[in-house]
Amino acid sequence: MTLPARSHLRQLESESIFLMREVAAQFERPVLLFSGGKDSILMVHLARKAFSPAKIPFPLVHVDTGHNFPETLEFRDRLVQQVGATLHAGSVQASIDSGKQKEEEGLNPSRNRLQILTLLETLDELKADAALGGGRRDEEKARAKERFFSHRDRFGQWDPKNQRPELWNIFNGRKVMGEHFRVFPLSNWTEMDVWQYIAAEEVDIPSLYFSHRRNVVERDGVLLAESEFNQLEGDEAWTEKTVRFRTIGDASCTGATESTASTLDEIIAEVSATRVTERGGRHDDKHSEAAMEDRKKQGYF
Amino acid sequence: MDLLRFTTAGSVDDGKSTLIGRLLHDTKSIFEDQLEAVEDASNRRGEGYVNLALLTDGLRAEREQNITIDVAYRYFATPRRKFIIADTPGHVQYTRNMVTGASTAELAIVLIDARHGVLTQSKRHGFIASLLGITHVLVAINKMDLVDWSQEVFDRITEDYAEFAQKLGVEDLTFIPISALKGDNVVDESDHMPWYHGSTLLHHLDHVNVGSHRNLVDFRFPVQYVIRPDQDYRGYAGRVASGTIRSGEEVMVLPSGQRTLIKSVDTFDGPVEEALTGDSVALTTADELDISRGDMIVRPLNLPVVATEIDAMLCWMSDEPMKGGTQYWFRQTTREAKAFISRVVYKVDVDTLHREDVEAFGFNDIGRVQIQTAAPIFFDRYEMNRETGSFILIDPHTNNTVAVGMIRGTVRSAEKLAEQLNEATTVERKASPDVVWEGWNVPLEAREEKNGHAAAVVWFTGLSGSGKSSIARELEQMLFAEGCQTMLLDGDQVRHGLNGDLGFSPDARKENIRRVGEVANLFYLQGNIVICTFVSPFQMDRERARALFPEGRFIEVFVDTPLEECERRDSKGLYAKARKGEIEQMTGISSPYEVPENPEIRVETVGREVTEVADEIRLAIHEVVRRGGAAHP
Repeated sequence: MTLPARSHLRQLESESIFLMREVAAQFERPVLLFSGGKDSILMVHLARKAFSPAKIPFPLVHVDTGHNFPETLEFRDRLVQQVGATLHAGSVQASIDSGKQKEEEGLNPSRNRLQILTLLETLDELKADAALGGGRRDEEKARAKERFFSHRDRFGQWDPKNQRPELWNIFNGRKVMGEHFRVFPLSNWTEMDVWQYIAAEEVDIPSLYFSHRRNVVERDGVLLAESEFNQLEGDEAWTEKTVRFRTIGDASCTGATESTASTLDEIIAEVSATRVTERGGRHDDKHSEAAMEDRKKQGYF
Repeated sequence: MDLLRFTTAGSVDDGKSTLIGRLLHDTKSIFEDQLEAVEDASNRRGEGYVNLALLTDGLRAEREQNITIDVAYRYFATPRRKFIIADTPGHVQYTRNMVTGASTAELAIVLIDARHGVLTQSKRHGFIASLLGITHVLVAINKMDLVDWSQEVFDRITEDYAEFAQKLGVEDLTFIPISALKGDNVVDESDHMPWYHGSTLLHHLDHVNVGSHRNLVDFRFPVQYVIRPDQDYRGYAGRVASGTIRSGEEVMVLPSGQRTLIKSVDTFDGPVEEALTGDSVALTTADELDISRGDMIVRPLNLPVVATEIDAMLCWMSDEPMKGGTQYWFRQTTREAKAFISRVVYKVDVDTLHREDVEAFGFNDIGRVQIQTAAPIFFDRYEMNRETGSFILIDPHTNNTVAVGMIRGTVRSAEKLAEQLNEATTVERKASPDVVWEGWNVPLEAREEKNGHAAAVVWFTGLSGSGKSSIARELEQMLFAEGCQTMLLDGDQVRHGLNGDLGFSPDARKENIRRVGEVANLFYLQGNIVICTFVSPFQMDRERARALFPEGRFIEVFVDTPLEECERRDSKGLYAKARKGEIEQMTGISSPYEVPENPEIRVETVGREVTEVADEIRLAIHEVVRRGGAAHP
């Protein structure tokens, strides 16, 4: 415990550990949702801390859109091996192949919406009664009202008007069979807190977060990386730029930002000077003002 | 960088969302894309300015109806502090949200529209904040631009609200005139109000010291989860609810009452010497005990209350009204037990603060109840310890959290106390005939200010030979050395002069304590920390003495030494004489001792050094003396 007493990071860390232990104590078959991004890497780090010297007492679940940066999967497999966790990967491609859902129309289909069904199916298969996610309240307006323990009905849906009161540090995870909870131990963290903590604790994160040279194309103000999932439109052309990713999601819609930040300190300096939200680089949030709220209601993370 | 959690409450028109928008905007916590979205929305709605309130109205239903329907959490930081805002709406029907937002906050911002002055809802916000244990209240008098930046308006509202807040026991009440819309005195100082010399709102938030409410004394460790990777390791995982713990210390486990030593305080990064309030750690013990979730690890000399009949303030959070015979799940710390509401004592009208007789509570009702639990609960009074004094009730059929509560004490002690206090306070203080008194010449507050600490009465009770006097003498030396004004009143001493005419019959004992109470009161009003050591065996007499002092200033210390031990010590030879029948009405032998049911402090002395016990008491009263009361509101 090298973090100074009463410092905000020590308090946030302790709160998150408390939440993870509540989940292990209150639920029978919890899982930890792992996206490959820094927030879910932080979640794994905190889960190790919560249950040390024992192993993390729940499996990791990765909903694989099939649109991954190769770095993400390499990192994931290394981390899983390192912490000795079990990994379940749910595949959006498999859901499409089995005819349960259809690829979006258009040139560069995003699989963000499709993740929802695959996620719910995977949770169903595992009979998961709680899914830990790395969502933070500072990410988006609709998330500001999210509970730590977020109740979902049998259809995995979130009803913003019907959430349980959450007071002090008492969390009510009681439910009937078939219902489950999403639990967000990082609720009170901000992007800055995450970076400061990763730096203070020397948490290992994928190289995508640090600046590198990459071919990108600018579309609607978002820099999309060259990959098999992104095709050029009209007279667009790939240009090589020095970029890094602030979030890592579906490769077809996660934008890069131009940056020369190649160390954690430089990233922190950049984040504190940055004037655009992390999700500003995500094409999927721009669909409508209430985009996130709609997806959350359906069961999105 | 530390962390401050605060809550904001205000009605739709007080400009609360604008204030938060302003704080986020002026501390550069809003990103360009968020601001652009708000600008676009403002334009679409035909508003002539950037409506910062739109930054915080999260859900579509709210944007459509222009209201805030739930608690939303916002974040910003300065170089000194990270802030978490629990943003709650102020409509009458959303008491539940205000209660939720206040539950984790250390400070509350109450917004008042300068044009309208102190409205009922501003009072409601203050009441809920104080009920939830928030002792720092910042009253932001907003829309000063619409009253011509008038000092007169500000002064009038300040006076009105201060008068109301006096009843609530708010320790730190600050008033700041602002214009959230224009930004005056929010982050930047205002050019329009040269008459105001105080801090800006952000400066106040950045510098206010809110640490004092944390209970750093009473070690409480609710066991959350048992970590058991193999046969060799058994770690009790949890978060230190209050106090601190070090390896090697002796602890007691509730409910079993078994004692053991802490072998190690473990974290992922290795064992640490000490865990502080709020730390998540795993404890291992020297002996293999059967400890599981819901148990509590404490120090044997500093126990929480263990009871099944609980007296509490309750807020009903559900549309479904309270049902008489229903068994609810009572959840407090990590412990859960079946429970039912055995009695509704009264409901509080949150607008008038009047008490009403009702049969049951409905949505948003707040009031006092008695709860019977099926298993013992380990708690402290909410005022002393938020973590161990709070609970929720869960409906076993819907699984919803239907109510939340703050514990006042056990039913028996709280009721008895109330009855006795009632009787005690109605005892007329006699005055000689034809005497008119003009009141004190120098007020107590002025004396306290001069002394640099609050006045208080520390009342030691316990059997003869329990160690009261030795501990009290040591305590007085310690306080005196710290520069405190002190006075020690001792049983033997007063019976030498003042009470030399009294014997030991119950009536004489009663008169003895009455006179001592009055004398203590005189020293108290002179600004002293008055240390009284009296056997004072009757609860009623102690309560009469207590009734002479304001809430929180009378600290009862029960020196809990078993009779056998007192008799073994028998420093004055009294027990020996009593056993021979040479002394009549010896407390403990031939006259009863009524054990205090709810003393502020209880200490054991067997096998301990006098200085150690005295120091424990010194630490416990430090809070009261330093911050001027409210330890026992």
